[in-house]
Amino acid sequence: MEYFLQLFFGGLSRGSVYALIALGYTMVYGIIELINFAHGEIYMIGAFMGLIVAGLLTSLGWPALSVLAIALVISVLYSAAYGYTVEKIAYKPLRNAPRLAPLISAIGMSILLQNYIMLAQTPDFLPFPRLIPELAFMERFSNYLGTSDMFIIVTSFVVMVALTLFIKFTRMGKAMRATAQNRKMAMLVGVNVDQVISVTFIIGSSLAAVGGVLIGAHVGQINFAIGFLAGIKAFTAAVLGGIGSIPGAMLGGLVLGWAESFATGYISSDYEDVFAFLLLVVILIFRPAGLLGKQRAQKV
Amino acid sequence: MSRANILRYLKQALVASLWLSFLTLPIMVIRVDTVEQTVTWRWMHLAYMAGGSFVLALIWYIMMERRDLSQAKRELETVERDSALMRFLSDPRFARPLMAFGLLVAVAFPWFFSLYQTNILISALIYVVLGLGLNITVGLAGLLDLGYVAFYAVGAYTYALLNHHFHLGFWAVLPLGAVMGAFFGILLGFPVLRLRGDYLAIVTLGFGQIVRLVLENWGSFSYGPSGISNIDRPGLFGISYSVEQATTYMYYIMVVLVLLTIFVTARLKDSRIGRAWLALREDEIACQAMGIDNTRAKLMAFSLGATLAALMGVVFAAKTTFINPASFTFMESAMILAIVVLGGMGSVLGVILGAFLLMLLPEYLRAFSEYRMLIFGATMVLVMVFRPEGLVRAKRKVYKINVEAAG
Repeated sequence: MEYFLQLFFGGLSRGSVYALIALGYTMVYGIIELINFAHGEIYMIGAFMGLIVAGLLTSLGWPALSVLAIALVISVLYSAAYGYTVEKIAYKPLRNAPRLAPLISAIGMSILLQNYIMLAQTPDFLPFPRLIPELAFMERFSNYLGTSDMFIIVTSFVVMVALTLFIKFTRMGKAMRATAQNRKMAMLVGVNVDQVISVTFIIGSSLAAVGGVLIGAHVGQINFAIGFLAGIKAFTAAVLGGIGSIPGAMLGGLVLGWAESFATGYISSDYEDVFAFLLLVVILIFRPAGLLGKQRAQKV
Repeated sequence: MSRANILRYLKQALVASLWLSFLTLPIMVIRVDTVEQTVTWRWMHLAYMAGGSFVLALIWYIMMERRDLSQAKRELETVERDSALMRFLSDPRFARPLMAFGLLVAVAFPWFFSLYQTNILISALIYVVLGLGLNITVGLAGLLDLGYVAFYAVGAYTYALLNHHFHLGFWAVLPLGAVMGAFFGILLGFPVLRLRGDYLAIVTLGFGQIVRLVLENWGSFSYGPSGISNIDRPGLFGISYSVEQATTYMYYIMVVLVLLTIFVTARLKDSRIGRAWLALREDEIACQAMGIDNTRAKLMAFSLGATLAALMGVVFAAKTTFINPASFTFMESAMILAIVVLGGMGSVLGVILGAFLLMLLPEYLRAFSEYRMLIFGATMVLVMVFRPEGLVRAKRKVYKINVEAAG
């Protein structure tokens, strides 16, 4: 039972991070029907920003929890700026181009950002400072739930609730839903679609940055290539839940987290990444609309 | 260009450069060592970044304006006009001697240049064929395949394993590798047929990763990350030869294979199936409505691309005599895609030029070899934004019907 709980919570924390990144994919896809390949790289940049700020403040002797808070805030701001800029450079000029063009541009952007970090920082793994202290009251659960796992689960939960409220109740959220339903119609009724797209990229990037800092602090090391795998897995989560659907991305993230955790725990850990890819392939072939998505007929 | 325009450009570029400098400041300038708890400040990088981004932004804005202007102009014109270079190249009076000259250079090359140069050229030629193969899938049929390198791996491992276990020679495995490639192309192509555009891209990406991960982890089958070494070079009627001669021999094999591929793809492009692919690329539903068998066309494109990749895999294994899964990462797929995109999707000549440019330039500009992938990435974005047709615009054959003669 303890082993099961360990896998359960491990999967839950892993899945929450997937969900955080998946939200960015799903929101962008919902609005401009583009797989934002560079999104995994934004997550990686978030982790690097967290590392830089944390390293800077720790060397000045700040306490761990305040360092974590500040690192999170700065990393979110910077990643949001990156997401915004990437959209302006690589996607906005291609708004009316054929379907393949923005996709290829996105792949190019992803390679560009990866190599930029590799050249400006380092090609090696960097150790991430220990930001999450072991809390005393968590000791009872320490056999199956570490403090950092709990941190990830709680933070992601709070962030996702905030996002849901934003989408449901603010003016901007309404505009985003309208644009996702029908971009042209939204434009006609006075929604500033360019602004909506920018905000979508900013929010998605911020969520990815939260995931990046949390996973960096949890795993304890990062390098320039972590965004690639995390990106594909998060995309799998988004597709699993039904791309374009926000609750779907959250559900998909958790399901993928659990699937990976249990598969590596009970079957074999050699093929950890293969499970995610197999799940992706199987879902896209048998239920491309995902768990919560609606099967839509293509308009001619 | 008026004065007000220039001032506006300068202002825009200044703003962009300030923004980019701010954006890259922490990552370019600060380098923390979290173990030693030391921080290095590299302020010089900021100066490079500010200056570089200012120039780039200036070029970007000027190009952007030109692009918008030419787009507006293109909408007015009904006939697409070629550049002077393209007209020159497509005129048979110049094109034929040019081709003959190119062939002559290709044949004479190993006699005038060193072993090192020949080796580089062999790699470039391998990428020419890989590019042409991916061009069938992506350029002609419009199916974005991000796991193309998986088929390359299939070919390489087919030869390596058959050679390792059964001592089969290069010439025996070459057709076998092609068959394996076609088989895997159909195998992977079948399930993804229903998927459109970006979903297809992501599934093929997943397949590519699965193949690499299986090769890495299934040690008893593929010898894991350490790979397979001592693969035989191609045999020549049992004659033994030195390493230099082997390279020259390999080079001529590649030249023949490249010529064959060019011939096949150029002929395919204007054939019945080639036109079906173009229709498929432009509009899938309309294509089906015209009575084209979508499934068949897609599978053909997939498996033909895969066949060429697998052929090159066999050649690659025979050339390097050592392979491991690290040669078949996603970056390899991305590089081949960059070749096709830069050269011009659908254009045979363009893809050849793209392969030579992207493979040879980094070899000779050693100082930039670190920045190779960075530049590839930037190239893909820039080509898509400013010149989506690539270096050489793919030309569609025009059929003229002589009405008077018929009537």
